[in-house]
Amino acid sequence: MPRSLTPLTFLCLLLLFAAGAQAKEPAHKILIADPFIELHTGPGRGYPVFHVVERGREVELVKRRTDWFQLRTDQGVEGWASREQMIATLEPTGEPLDLQEPARENYMSRRWQAGVSGGDFEGASLISVFGGYAFSDNLSIELTVNHILGEFSNSYSYTVGLLHVFAPEWRLSPYFTLGTGVIYTDPKSNLVDTIDRDDQIGYVGGGLQFYLTRRFMLRSEYRHNIVFTSRNDNEEVDEWKYLGFAFFF
Amino acid sequence: MEVSRFRVLFLSLLAVTALPGCSMLGSRDDDRPAPLAPAADAEPLTGEPDQKPIIDPQVERREIRRARIDTEDFELGAYVGILSIEDFESNAVYGARLAYHLTEDFFLEGTYGKSRAGRTSYENLSGAADVLSDKERDYSYYALSLGWNALPGEIFVGRNRAYNSAFYLVAGIGNTRFAGDDRFTVSGGFGYRVLPADWMAVHFDVRDHIFDSDLVGEKKIVNNLEAHLGLSIFF
Repeated sequence: MPRSLTPLTFLCLLLLFAAGAQAKEPAHKILIADPFIELHTGPGRGYPVFHVVERGREVELVKRRTDWFQLRTDQGVEGWASREQMIATLEPTGEPLDLQEPARENYMSRRWQAGVSGGDFEGASLISVFGGYAFSDNLSIELTVNHILGEFSNSYSYTVGLLHVFAPEWRLSPYFTLGTGVIYTDPKSNLVDTIDRDDQIGYVGGGLQFYLTRRFMLRSEYRHNIVFTSRNDNEEVDEWKYLGFAFFF
Repeated sequence: MEVSRFRVLFLSLLAVTALPGCSMLGSRDDDRPAPLAPAADAEPLTGEPDQKPIIDPQVERREIRRARIDTEDFELGAYVGILSIEDFESNAVYGARLAYHLTEDFFLEGTYGKSRAGRTSYENLSGAADVLSDKERDYSYYALSLGWNALPGEIFVGRNRAYNSAFYLVAGIGNTRFAGDDRFTVSGGFGYRVLPADWMAVHFDVRDHIFDSDLVGEKKIVNNLEAHLGLSIFF
């Protein structure tokens, strides 16, 4: 039964990984600078406050989950403090603690971006995953994997392209994109006399990105693809990514 | 006379080489390390120009080590459950799950699952040829979803234990590979997550996978319901 072994192996690996993740690191001490910090029982605004740490006390910063920080006091009390309260905490050297926060003001300094989007590829459904790296404030290189699910055939396409954001400081900013890639087309099994194809594609397009909050953006994109087929004519395909969700890190 | 001239020459050479050395010996006092307690043998301050500074600013530097904050926004896990494949019986499903927690309210989730279809009642009753070959009965899917922690909370076990939990809703798009073909799939459902420790979560999930299928005659919308139990860790 090799089939049933796969999930078991996966689970074992997962537990090994978990053990590794628990390995001890030197404690990161910080100083409380607010009059006091409230510790919640969980990483969320609804969890009850069960402990308070006063100004000037040194606590250990254990970890962060979304906007919440797990702290451990010298008496060993562990609880979660919100980002708003953590802004005023200090490093032991007296400098403010760098929360490594990718807010809108400094998101241009964040170089990596990733996201997913859904749309339409000439009548077929389109699922797309993308990741990008920005060389400068305006220009970035982006890798996209598309899964195109149509009535008569399914395709995968992998593209790499350049993306130029005209005004990254605007909340709603247009961009231009240009790139190339490959598309693998696999006709549905109920059709006869068809063969798998792989062709090169080139595309030109544009889109809009809308900065939502903190590290998140919405994106909408249009691409005009040219499929360089092995037949006499090249195909031209319109691709719409109606809505995409992106985050930078 | 010859001998004494050489002697004079030799002695003068010796003097030329040795005397600067003596002067170096004399100057060693200046670069002698400062005494640990300057007050002990220091003369009273007279304000002379070559006096040592009163305050010696030799503060030992603290080593600045900016520890990276350990962020645990990702969650990786595996699950086992039951998938009901419309017209093709219910079967065990195994899957893997990767989630990224965007905020305390929302998360992105990618899931991949595998199962296997059984036989339709038509195949069992009529005794006719099978609808699907053995290989075509392999069923796999992936889904990219957005989740919302609708009801975060705590559960209480006995008097002294409280565990964080959340009831969440998810919806997403993805693909189902079944009967040798890929099908665009919309999925949605709900789940319940309990955290026995801060780095580990136990999930119970119910999902519906909806897609168009023409496997048994006419094209129709298919609902494949899935219930699974999973374990995941935060990293």
